[in-house]
Amino acid sequence: MEKMARVTTALGGNTLTGRTMYCHLDAPANAISVCRDAAQVVVAGRNIFKIYAIEEEQFVEKLNLRVGRKPSLNFSCADVVWHQMDENLLATAATNGVVVTWNLGKPSRNKQDQLFTEHKRTVNKVCFHPTEAYMLLSGSQDGYMKCFDLRKKDSVSTFSGQSESVRDVQFSIRDYFTFAATFENGNVQLWDIRRPDRYERMFTAHNGPVFCCDWHPEDRGWLATGGRDKMVKVWDMNTNRAKEIYCVQSIASVARVKWRPECKHHLATCSMMVDHNIYVWDVRRPYIPSAMFEEHRDVTTGIVWRHLHDPYFLLSGSKDSTLYQHIFKDASQPIERANPEGLCYGLFGDLAFAAKESLVTVDSNRKPYPGDRRHPIFFKRKLDPTEQFESVSSSALSVFETEPDSSSMGWFVDTARRYALAGRSLAELCDHNAKVAKELSRNQVAQTWTMLRIIYCSPGTMPSANLNHSIGKGSTSLPLMNSFSLKDMASGMGSEARLDWSKGENRSENLLLDSSTTLITNDENEETEGSDVPADYLLGDVEGDEDELYLMDHENAHTEEPEYVLPQEAFPLRHEIVDNPSGPDHLQDKADSPHVSGNEAETVSLTPVESFSLISISHTLYESRLPPDFFSALVRDMLRFYAEQGDVQMAVSVLIVLGERIRKEIDEQTQEHWYTSYIDLLQRFRLWNISNQVIKLSTCRAITCLNQASTTLHVNCSNCKRPMSNKGWICDRCRQCASTCAVCHHVVKGLFVWCQGCSHGGHLQHILKWLESSTHCPAGCGHLCEYT
Amino acid sequence: MRLATAANAAYTATLAVTELLGCKQCGGGGGGGGGAREELGIRIPRPLGHGPSRFIPEKEILQVGNEDAQMHTLFADSFAALGRLDNITLVMVFHPQYLESFLKTQHYLLQMDGPLPLHYRHYIGIMAAARHQCSYLVNLHVNDFLHVGGDPKWLNGLENAPQKLQNLGELNKVLAHRPWLITKEHIEQLLKAEEHSWSLAELVHAVVLLTHYHSLASFTFGCGISPEIHCDGGHTFRPPSVSNYCICDITNGNHSMEEMHVIPAGSVSITDSFCEVEALMEKMKQLQECRDEEEASQEEMASRFEIEKRESMFVFSSDDEEVAPARDVSRHFEDTSYGYKDFSRHGMHVPTFRVQDYCWEDHGYSLVNRLYPDVGQLIDEKFHIAYNLTYNTMAMHKDVDTSMLRRAIWNYIHCMFGIRYDDYDYGEINQLLDRSFKVYIKTVVCTPEKATKRMYDSFWRQFKHSEKVHVNLLLIEARMQAELLYALRAITRYMT
Repeated sequence: MEKMARVTTALGGNTLTGRTMYCHLDAPANAISVCRDAAQVVVAGRNIFKIYAIEEEQFVEKLNLRVGRKPSLNFSCADVVWHQMDENLLATAATNGVVVTWNLGKPSRNKQDQLFTEHKRTVNKVCFHPTEAYMLLSGSQDGYMKCFDLRKKDSVSTFSGQSESVRDVQFSIRDYFTFAATFENGNVQLWDIRRPDRYERMFTAHNGPVFCCDWHPEDRGWLATGGRDKMVKVWDMNTNRAKEIYCVQSIASVARVKWRPECKHHLATCSMMVDHNIYVWDVRRPYIPSAMFEEHRDVTTGIVWRHLHDPYFLLSGSKDSTLYQHIFKDASQPIERANPEGLCYGLFGDLAFAAKESLVTVDSNRKPYPGDRRHPIFFKRKLDPTEQFESVSSSALSVFETEPDSSSMGWFVDTARRYALAGRSLAELCDHNAKVAKELSRNQVAQTWTMLRIIYCSPGTMPSANLNHSIGKGSTSLPLMNSFSLKDMASGMGSEARLDWSKGENRSENLLLDSSTTLITNDENEETEGSDVPADYLLGDVEGDEDELYLMDHENAHTEEPEYVLPQEAFPLRHEIVDNPSGPDHLQDKADSPHVSGNEAETVSLTPVESFSLISISHTLYESRLPPDFFSALVRDMLRFYAEQGDVQMAVSVLIVLGERIRKEIDEQTQEHWYTSYIDLLQRFRLWNISNQVIKLSTCRAITCLNQASTTLHVNCSNCKRPMSNKGWICDRCRQCASTCAVCHHVVKGLFVWCQGCSHGGHLQHILKWLESSTHCPAGCGHLCEYT
Repeated sequence: MRLATAANAAYTATLAVTELLGCKQCGGGGGGGGGAREELGIRIPRPLGHGPSRFIPEKEILQVGNEDAQMHTLFADSFAALGRLDNITLVMVFHPQYLESFLKTQHYLLQMDGPLPLHYRHYIGIMAAARHQCSYLVNLHVNDFLHVGGDPKWLNGLENAPQKLQNLGELNKVLAHRPWLITKEHIEQLLKAEEHSWSLAELVHAVVLLTHYHSLASFTFGCGISPEIHCDGGHTFRPPSVSNYCICDITNGNHSMEEMHVIPAGSVSITDSFCEVEALMEKMKQLQECRDEEEASQEEMASRFEIEKRESMFVFSSDDEEVAPARDVSRHFEDTSYGYKDFSRHGMHVPTFRVQDYCWEDHGYSLVNRLYPDVGQLIDEKFHIAYNLTYNTMAMHKDVDTSMLRRAIWNYIHCMFGIRYDDYDYGEINQLLDRSFKVYIKTVVCTPEKATKRMYDSFWRQFKHSEKVHVNLLLIEARMQAELLYALRAITRYMT
């Protein structure tokens, strides 16, 4: 082995030393067990049965117990166990149902001692009594457990589990007479060795077979079980009913479980299939293993701690025909690679986010607002490195507060409700949507809709005045947008800057200008970013328009840099910013504030491309009547832009409205992504109908089939409150008709309408009729029902 | 105000069933399949007059309308899920407990969440059933395939299907006839075929479907399921025949011919067959008692398994020389010559698969459930029910522990596939299963298309039909598990 770490532990005179090492076996191992002195290990499998001495540097084969010429199924071991009192005594469970004991003290080559052929099926497990020298217990596929006295030829008692196969048997370490047995049907039984007629206690531990169990070496009441359902559970058996106190969810069926010596809450597991690693869990932290050994290339079949009182050495055998000694020091610790993070929404939409400090600081160096660019809500951010977690040396808690007046997403809901996406001509749809956007003071969006109309609808039909008007408007809103984007960039860059727009400090103006100039000169804006001093930002509010404005990303500006030297058209139009009646309030309030002027100053140089191109578009439109295809690239970019800004609503709406005209320009995956995001948002706002409409109108296969999944409607019985499985109107359990009409007292099999106040109801027609003449509940409960 | 819809689909469904079957009965006694009634210019499909099964007299089979509440629910569910009450369901309802689990699994495989698109699932079903020339299942699924929007062109043969499905052909072939030959290379070929490659989850879904339909084909032939009358797609696949000739007669090898040179089942006297049951029970009792006394040596046990395995290859009825007639369904398999009989003639060696090293409960289940969640659970339940199903009766005797007999049948089937249980004495098989029974098992499991009424009649003559159907359930589940074990082991090997 390349790992040379050495570990030495003193155990009251008995010292264990060693390193991570392995040796090749000739055949896959099924089980391993160690000798009491921790110096030897026995490996058993279908074609192997050997004893290895564990030396400091290597495993040394000491003895091969498979002797004799003919291969016998008696040697084909499913399990092996080494007696913890007598180091000459071993027992194996054979796949053909035989229990064999071996005496290493025998002088002959064949160490086989006794042969018990009482089980009819494969024996899954053998177990020696921890303190009694001659007592051996076996559990078999035939559903029986047998207790053998090694001085006698036959079993002394047989315990019938009254069910299918026994998968594991374990003597309690403290209670002399007790043993636990686990079964293939998910049960665990506790038996008193003196009473073979009946188990003391039984409980269902897992769903599906329980493959293994292990008594806690110190705490007498604790039993760990592992099952095919991928769970490890720890049961407290001290109480009357076995109580599940811990549960660890693993990623594959749990084949073995072993408590770690000297560590009260640790246990090691390996899995039956698929996963080859050995995990050591702290049961109190069930989501991440505290240590992981990844050496094996095939499933691990046997694990055992090398010494009863040493928590650092673990031995394991595997189907890949290797025997390993793992040293705890060499274990990989997934916890170190994991980034503990916490995220929580407050009642009023505040967002708290906690993470390792190192992560946060790294992030804030690079980008002051990690991630929230895409978020349509503005946050006030307080960064205070506070709380220390148990294991993480330092962590940071950030709270993003939504600004009180901007917290509403009302515009989103309104827009979603009022947009028309289909059913009319394109021009009408665009006009309608533009109007909606305008009424919600989202001028840029409105403009976009108008523009789309111009592009895609025949220009001849449009009154020229209108067109001109819209052009003018278009250009007015665009510089505005850019001025905001600048602000955004500036604030984004100067993380050290304390920007408070509402106060309008001069300092920030300077900063602003500063940063924006750097922006222009440098493609990378990182230079301007300084320390990660906690800063409070109060950014603009979230009124429709501002989102986009704020979210305008500087990349766009960059890409279009070459065109900064622009034709003059932009200049005269710019003035309309102030005139814009629906302009954002705060902007108007501070129209004379240095920021705005500063920004305006910047805008001059930055007055963008968009306005230019738009104007030129409208010109060319008139002159040469370019086909709409000509613009599709532009429209595509526009959609991308909106989506990137977080206004996926716009992207999807346009996509639906334009339909075939633009669909092929955007790859399927992106479309699907947009659709899912928008649908998700809609559903969060409980706009079910609209989300359904969007699903219906979408052309992505993956999206349209959303409507077809899980269309079943599950109904609970109104009597017993249990789900009704077969028919919607009669309950299998309580044999009653669940929904009878309060008017005609017949079963309602179709539409059932009920009052949410008293929960009485019935046939829709009957109720309607009833309510024409009466205001009280037809059931006579006295409730004044309201069916609206 | 709120509205809820009570599910009344099931109710109308049952109505429809009765109507449908009612019409079936009134048309009874008619001649050939698809006889045309010229007066109205409408072709009216006519039943063949067999009932759901050609092997089991119609009166033995439960009539729709006489079922008890549990069966009624099952019928309703089945109809709601499939839109039909097929003959398989009508025969399986002998064992409602199993039927419930079977339908649940099948419904999940075909209609519920899963990695494969719906038309793929039916197409895979067609591929699997066609391997055994089971026109019954093929016809059913051709309908379903078209119904879920499958491309009719694919039905012209596997070469018209997408490359991805074509790649599956090889696995289908090996799995159906020689599952022990599946290696991780087969799996690798499917998973690493660039744009045509399968994902692991899809592959597991496909494997489960394949094995399901292979074994269902066994059931169809083993119980002589009659073609569906109301399966309108079926007509298009029937030859426009005028004689009293049904598709299954052609498909099944011509047993109309066989019937002539066969010793009539009646020639064996009733007393003989009565003794048969008695003798079997006696043997079981003996085995139970003297099990511990006479200890066979290890070598003896091993050789017993080998003998049984080897013999199982030669257990064959003499009439398997029939040349399969060319049929529509044959277009689904490229290589008709590749069948079970080829190697059995050459005495090919089947390697031994130790169930203690890779068993369904521990390994297979874990793998399936990981890659295709919930299905592992469903199949596991189905295996359990099939294996443990018993009414403690044998023919006319009550309160018999049949576990030994069931285990012998199960292990014999696994033995044919080379799967060995270390803890089983294969000598028991020889004691409990007589030759005619072995012939039947062997035929149904390995070459179901050759199963005939004669074989069905000649084993266990005194037993009830429900018990014979029970045997068939054991056969198909054991076969499915055997195929699954080999396929899953290969996938596991690929993954490690």
